[in-house]
Amino acid sequence: MSNKSRNTETNSDRHIVKEPISFGRILTYVVLFAGAIIMIFPFYWMITGAFKTYQEVNLIPPTLFPSNPFNLENFIYAFKTAPFGRYFINSVLALLGCITTCSFTTILAAYAFSRLRFPGRELVFSLLLSLMMVPYEMIIITNYRTIVQWKLHDTIWALILPFMSSIFYTYILKGFFDSVPESLYQAAKVDGCSDWKYLWRVMVPMAKSSLATIILLNSIATWNSFLWPMIATNSKDVRTLPFGLYAFMTEGGQRNERMMAASTIVVIPMIIIFLFARKYIISGMSRGGIKG
Amino acid sequence: MIKRPFIERIKPFLYLLPFIISVTLFTLYPIVNVIRMSFLEGYKYLTGAYTGVGFGNYEKVINDPYFRQAISNTFKYVLLVVPISTVIAVILANVLNQKIKFQGFFQTCYFLPMVTSSLAVGLSWRFMFNDKYGVINYLLTLIGIDPVTFLGNPSGNFLALVIFGIWAILPNTIILLLSGLQNIDPLYYTAAKVDGAKTLRIFFRITVPLLAPTIMLVIIINMISTFKMYHELFPLFNGPGVAYNLFTVVYYIYYEFRVLTPPKYGYASAAAVMLLVIVFVFTMLQRAVQAWSRKERGEDVKQVKKHRDELR
Repeated sequence: MSNKSRNTETNSDRHIVKEPISFGRILTYVVLFAGAIIMIFPFYWMITGAFKTYQEVNLIPPTLFPSNPFNLENFIYAFKTAPFGRYFINSVLALLGCITTCSFTTILAAYAFSRLRFPGRELVFSLLLSLMMVPYEMIIITNYRTIVQWKLHDTIWALILPFMSSIFYTYILKGFFDSVPESLYQAAKVDGCSDWKYLWRVMVPMAKSSLATIILLNSIATWNSFLWPMIATNSKDVRTLPFGLYAFMTEGGQRNERMMAASTIVVIPMIIIFLFARKYIISGMSRGGIKG
Repeated sequence: MIKRPFIERIKPFLYLLPFIISVTLFTLYPIVNVIRMSFLEGYKYLTGAYTGVGFGNYEKVINDPYFRQAISNTFKYVLLVVPISTVIAVILANVLNQKIKFQGFFQTCYFLPMVTSSLAVGLSWRFMFNDKYGVINYLLTLIGIDPVTFLGNPSGNFLALVIFGIWAILPNTIILLLSGLQNIDPLYYTAAKVDGAKTLRIFFRITVPLLAPTIMLVIIINMISTFKMYHELFPLFNGPGVAYNLFTVVYYIYYEFRVLTPPKYGYASAAAVMLLVIVFVFTMLQRAVQAWSRKERGEDVKQVKKHRDELR
């Protein structure tokens, strides 16, 4: 209602500037809506499918809505037979482990590359940047062997250890640190502020939004990571959600409605995060994508 | 210059220590090791023993029918997914870039697939592709097309993979194109409107040429990422297609060192090194295009400024 009244207000205010409703304008919205439906439909189908019964899922023609939208049977099944509760906790643990350690190493390294002087700084940094193009799939072969040799195979550590640093995130944060004027650093130095204090009391609070972007991208990547957990872990006690979902699919037969419930459990946390932090995530993504 | 105290001199290294240790162990060493393993013939990782040094692994991999299949599938996939998704993304990025209502809503719809597990979404696609009661086949029959056996038939498999692949790559493509569109000076559009140019004409005469460097960049980036496709195989087919017909390069690597027992580290490494070489070539291309587009944009800005001055 308020929206409508505001619209009429602007209309009367500057009706000359307002574009007429043209054919192109209508076409724009038609394309927009069609695109939006195609992009969102798999999610809609997943979530509604999760509330359907076995009979409903096999209906021809398929139904758009579940007959009983409070049918939680599939979710209960998922939590009972495959321990999705356990998977969820493992995912959260891996996530917290990765973002705390990775943020720590990233902050320190970005600061060193941005502010501290040492011989070969630029050279080392550009070499690191060139490592970014190496496909992750190539690295995984040796990392698997390393983890097995260290006897960390099938533990939660296997999910954290290889991801304790990131060249890409360091690059983003260094970019921000570089934009902070050097004079601030000099002033702090004159006041007897140590580097350590300056980093944590001045730089880190200033870099809040860059850090938020890094942490969000890292969370998304860790949460959705699938290949590495599947390679490095095995038992139910250590599986994270995506691997648990895959195991559920291969072990639990072809019950689509149950699989949709399990998939919903996996995607909902990220959907919620996305709804609240869309701007940070999009700005981060537009800076160079993300690892699958 | 006064010599700085010892602690001051090693301080940068202390800050870098955790990062460097981690990168060395889990990025640098693995690269070197994979290159090394790719040249060791008959390598056993438990004992570290090998029977010879040379190009034996490469020879085996290149002559492996699965690898040949992987290369041809991967190229077919890249050549289908990249152009189609680019065209769709250019259109969608353009409509998304206009002054529209509910921008937040549309952004949420378009970019949601970037944050959600490709495995979970893939399962939803598998459900939609279902041969008997899937919603896609139902829609096809509605418009009079015979149902496609997406999941149960090797030829349907590839089609399903391509459709899912295009859908999955759209959000990233749109985002990159959007940032390219936002770099186009609005003055061009104002000028075109003053001249009374039609929307389509504006699109083909202004937007597309000015967006060309970004489009080139997006194509290369997408070629790199589609070249590494394998994720999508797990939710859709639980492996490389129903008849082992959909190997891709990265799936081949995974297969050699994780599915096969005992693992063939040598073959996996040789395939990985070849992947690296291909990605390296494309990355160099990307760098070149980036440099070119930066130069173009620089000249654009100069020209626009000149026009502006002339107008005044």
